[in-house]
Amino acid sequence: METVKAPRPLRDNLILRVVAKALFPFILLFGLYVQFHGDFGPGGGFQAGVIVAAGFILYGLVFGLADMQRTLPPRWVEVGSALGVLLYGGVGVYAMLNHGAFLEYNALDHHNAIHGQHRGIFWVELGVGITVASVMVGLFYAFAGRGKRRG
Amino acid sequence: MIPIEFVLFVFLIATALAVLVVRDLFAAAMLFGIFSLLSSGMMLMMDAVDVSFTEAAVGAGISTVLILGALSLTDSSEKTSTYHQWSAKLVVVATGALLIFGTFDMPHYGAPEAPIHNHVAPDYIEGSRTVIEIPNIVTSVLASYRGFDTFGETTVVLTALVGVMLLLGGSRKGEDEAPEMTDEPEAS
Repeated sequence: METVKAPRPLRDNLILRVVAKALFPFILLFGLYVQFHGDFGPGGGFQAGVIVAAGFILYGLVFGLADMQRTLPPRWVEVGSALGVLLYGGVGVYAMLNHGAFLEYNALDHHNAIHGQHRGIFWVELGVGITVASVMVGLFYAFAGRGKRRG
Repeated sequence: MIPIEFVLFVFLIATALAVLVVRDLFAAAMLFGIFSLLSSGMMLMMDAVDVSFTEAAVGAGISTVLILGALSLTDSSEKTSTYHQWSAKLVVVATGALLIFGTFDMPHYGAPEAPIHNHVAPDYIEGSRTVIEIPNIVTSVLASYRGFDTFGETTVVLTALVGVMLLLGGSRKGEDEAPEMTDEPEAS
């Protein structure tokens, strides 16, 4: 029985190449929409991060791991996954510096607590989005890169 | 007219049984993806749009790709084993039966007198409108009321990557910059 080699370049297939290239910006745009429209509709940081990561992984599946890692270096992915958590925690600490409790968004704006809530949710969701997108791409790198080294 | 939930449930069970039966791991991975997509449809029918969205993106999208990635490191078909652990099967069946027995005590789906709708949920629904002023209650619960939990979850996601990188080895020095341009699919 033939062994399956999943993440390998499919760039020889013209249709896949054209479709992936045409879809890529729209997937990222949809990810941004889900990220920043999560307050009003379904979605939020987690879903947005997964969508952005899926866009990059589609790119990687079609154009190969090497091209993908040139577009999105593994170093960035490692930094990004930690940066999101730092951003989230940073919002909490910033609220403490503003005489609030940890992650008390009301303290982020002394004049209008609701603005503080909106601000806190915005940054916290952004942190979640960055971490989730980076981690998903990082997992893909870990699996796909291992096959390359072993082979 | 057959309700769509019924159709989805039948397909869910059929897919789950097919995953059990099928020996080809590639087919099993694909069936898992279909299972996720169907459960995403179930969530959508229950008006849990956010959960459905996540299930479709994570279950049907990313995890299928990751399973395929893991599959490229191993064999493509499951080993057939003649070994049957009857005591293990007994435990599994007993636990399953207990869980189903437990559901008989649960309130009906969407019942207004269910405890979950009468504890903190009314405050959250009211507060999302007046205290936080965000139309999507799921977001205000996740990011504000349950901010600590979400912080923990984000940390867990990061920990998952750290764990995988420790086990499988992430990027090493010298591998980051200028990766080789290889057009041919790797044949190991």
